[in-house]
Amino acid sequence: MADQAQILPGTLDLLILKAVSLGPLHGYGILLRIGQISGSALLIEQGALYPALFRLVRQGLLKPSWGTSENNRRAKFYELTAAGRKRFREETEGWNRLAAAMSSALAAQAEEG
Amino acid sequence: MRLLAWFRSVTAKLFRSSATADEMDEELRGHLQLRADDLERSGLSRAEAERRARIEFGGYEKWREQSHEALGANFMETLAADVRFALRVLRKSPGFTVAAIGTLALAIGANAVVFGLMEGLILRPLNVPHARNLWGTEYGADPGFQSYPNYVDLRQRNRSFDDLAAFNFAFVGLDKGNDPASATGFAATGNYFDVLGLHPYLGRFFHASDEHGPNSAPWLVLSYAYWHSHFQADRGVIGRTVQIDKHPFTIIGVAPPGFGGTLLFLSVDFFVPIVNEQQIGGSSITERGNFHAIFEVFGHLKPGVTPAQATADAEAVGTWLERTYSKGFEQQKVILGRTGLTSFGGPVRAFVTGLMLLAGLILLAACANLGSLFAARAADRSREMALRLALGSSRNRILRGLFTEAILFSVAGGALGVLGSVPLLHRLSTWEPMTGVPIHLPVSPDNGLYVVALLLALVSGLLFGIVPVRQVLRSDPYEIVKAGSSARVGRHVTLRDVLLVLQIAMCGVLVTSSMVAVRGLVRSLHANFGFEPRHAMLVSTNLAMAGYGADQLPAMQKRMIAAMQAVPGVQKVGLVNNYAPLIDAAGSRERVFREEATDLRPSNAASNPFRYEVSPGYFDAADTILLAGRDFSWHDNDQGAPAVAVVNREFATTVLGSVKSAIGGYYRLQDGRRVQVVGVVEDGKYLSLAEDRAPAMFLPFLQSPSALSFLVVRSVRDPQQLTTAIRNGLRALDAGLPAQVDTWNNFLTVVLFPSRMATMALGVLGMMGAVLSITGIFGMAAYSVSKRLRELGIRIALGAGRREVLHAALGRALQLLALGSLVGLILGILASRVLAHIVYQATPRDPVVLAGVVVAMAWLGLVATWIPAQRALSLDPLVLLREE
Repeated sequence: MADQAQILPGTLDLLILKAVSLGPLHGYGILLRIGQISGSALLIEQGALYPALFRLVRQGLLKPSWGTSENNRRAKFYELTAAGRKRFREETEGWNRLAAAMSSALAAQAEEG
Repeated sequence: MRLLAWFRSVTAKLFRSSATADEMDEELRGHLQLRADDLERSGLSRAEAERRARIEFGGYEKWREQSHEALGANFMETLAADVRFALRVLRKSPGFTVAAIGTLALAIGANAVVFGLMEGLILRPLNVPHARNLWGTEYGADPGFQSYPNYVDLRQRNRSFDDLAAFNFAFVGLDKGNDPASATGFAATGNYFDVLGLHPYLGRFFHASDEHGPNSAPWLVLSYAYWHSHFQADRGVIGRTVQIDKHPFTIIGVAPPGFGGTLLFLSVDFFVPIVNEQQIGGSSITERGNFHAIFEVFGHLKPGVTPAQATADAEAVGTWLERTYSKGFEQQKVILGRTGLTSFGGPVRAFVTGLMLLAGLILLAACANLGSLFAARAADRSREMALRLALGSSRNRILRGLFTEAILFSVAGGALGVLGSVPLLHRLSTWEPMTGVPIHLPVSPDNGLYVVALLLALVSGLLFGIVPVRQVLRSDPYEIVKAGSSARVGRHVTLRDVLLVLQIAMCGVLVTSSMVAVRGLVRSLHANFGFEPRHAMLVSTNLAMAGYGADQLPAMQKRMIAAMQAVPGVQKVGLVNNYAPLIDAAGSRERVFREEATDLRPSNAASNPFRYEVSPGYFDAADTILLAGRDFSWHDNDQGAPAVAVVNREFATTVLGSVKSAIGGYYRLQDGRRVQVVGVVEDGKYLSLAEDRAPAMFLPFLQSPSALSFLVVRSVRDPQQLTTAIRNGLRALDAGLPAQVDTWNNFLTVVLFPSRMATMALGVLGMMGAVLSITGIFGMAAYSVSKRLRELGIRIALGAGRREVLHAALGRALQLLALGSLVGLILGILASRVLAHIVYQATPRDPVVLAGVVVAMAWLGLVATWIPAQRALSLDPLVLLREE
């Protein structure tokens, strides 16, 4: 458990968009997918997913629809809308730029020291 | 249409919100199931899997609420949810709900009625164009009265007003053919309607161009209401001639609806040109020294002129008048006021403001009451709230719920209060407090009233809703859930105690002042007026209404006195010119000078006594005690007889040294006549019951005949029979003479009106305060008993007697009651000083009042604690301890 990190505020939305960009998923499925793609390195309290999910729906980035899960339970599935795809691209670029800047800044500091 | 669409979208949201909420619940529960499925597959039992799933999910309530908000649950939806929840909670405690809403309805209703009065009398201007810029001057020898020549000079010499109009009252007999009846109107200057900017509803108005000297304009304009009630709204009345005081006047027009003259609280029947004032029993408009010709002068200020500048301007004209007419004019302080209330403005404003303050106190008391009820409820529900907090509900959400409850109460109470106040205001607007005087309170509930009531309701809702806030914010859910809410029975002073003391104190103020007022009123009815109103009838006649000329008056008045003496059972009869003492707050004063004075300017006057002209036998009939000397004789009334006077004790001591030295002494009247004092009578009340001792002089009535007079008829016969006999006697003399016959006491209504009103208002408010106190103390006592049931049960089980139980259960409530009453009593005594200006002999330093307040408060306490006390005494410790 020690190698699990609390996710940064604001990054949950991006993770959800990423998870859903690979195909429609229900809420629990999104959690599983995030765990899978992050190698279980990120820790989210499960309930916290839903306020974020609903916020994205309200912003028109996700489109919900009722369906049936793999083990035959009724569940709500989410997929990206056009606006959602656009936002996902922008946010990914933004994040990459920030991450690159951060790591180069941190690397520079290490050389000075 | 847009409103409708908005409404539809709001209701749609309200209904949709519960559907989305259900869907959301389904989704979240589905998540738990899916997770549990996975966990079960990894080898856990189903029950264990579900438990783990819930733990991993985190605070279910918290996430549910946050999700709900994220879903776009806007303000309206949360509000709707809060309201639904509040309604559910309130339905569970109907007693509390009814008590709280009733209390609020009472308090807000009282405020709405008083605000309605304030709006009608103070805030709302006259119903004429540009009323806000309409200012009236009150100046001259008597406030509110001045002479016609002075008015003309002021109109021509001032530079501040566009134009100035003036009016005076006209109390007349109006005869449409064969039915003489009393009517009240205004004698107005020709430019009256033009200055006001009014247009006739029918026909035409009179104008300045119609005035060509005294009695030159016999034109009559009817008020819309009078035209409706007395002329059946007949459009053919224009051009018809009617008799006013036996003089023909031609109807030329009808005033617009809603206009009843330029006094707010009076709705007059007609308007006639002031140049004809003398014809209709009014006074001369040609004498500069006659200050009774005009009641008020008013006009619109010119653009850019401030009231202060206009006042200075009018004062400058006054200075000029004083220089020019040194004998007949004395400069007085000029007062400008908004037209509508004029010289009544001060007392009316003071009265209404006082009422508003008291009503505000009532509302505050109600808020304190509800605040402590709410705090008690919050304490009772602390377990529920602690649970909600522990389950992840936010404090904000809980507080919002509490406020929603409070606002729900206040809005319901406010609506109920306004509903109650509307018919009351309608009653007030048609109420005629004095017969014969067309007094009309211009109150009508309008939007302003509703807005104010709503605001008051919301503010009071916030006020009492805020009381339990601290309690909720401070509460530690774990402590409360662990220990239970009844664990702490504090001995420290709580906010609730303070509120209760405050509320009882306010009630004490109201009870004290209403008792002071009632006592004052009762005492003023039995005070020594300088005459005896009991067993005396007054007959008011105005011979001008029946067309008698000045030379016919003495003979007719002598015949009237004789006719009254002939009525069986009548002991004594007297007559007084104009008004008898204490009638309609009317009277006249005249300056007098010492015998040796030669320069009779006002500043040299020795005194300014009331002046009455009375018949021989008047003092006997009025039961005014003659202290020294003699009454008038008929001989004194002869033309050419030596001028004599009877004065009262105050006059005798201030002008002539003493009662003894006054007899045979001389003084001078305003016109320079030398008068010998032949008698001294006791002091009395002349204008109002609250006035200080004042000098008065009495002169023989036939030397200055007056058409208006009052006969004083003393008899122990039944007033009703006597009234009929008196009317028959008068009818035998002249069938066309309108007369008002009533007991002297009933005639005092007008003088007693202010103190009656004050007493009535205070009585009603005092009762309300008492009711609020009872509910407040009851709430507190019932709460403290129910909180301590277990402790009381143990005490009883251990053998405590009734006294100890009662002391334990109610001691605190009674202590607070005593403290609150004491504070209220002291404040009430201080407040009563203000009352002394309205109610005669209103003094709190009266053992009956003090004892009365103490008894009343003790009685309130007894009533309020009776039920809780019974409950405490009837406890069965066995049942109780088993249940706990």
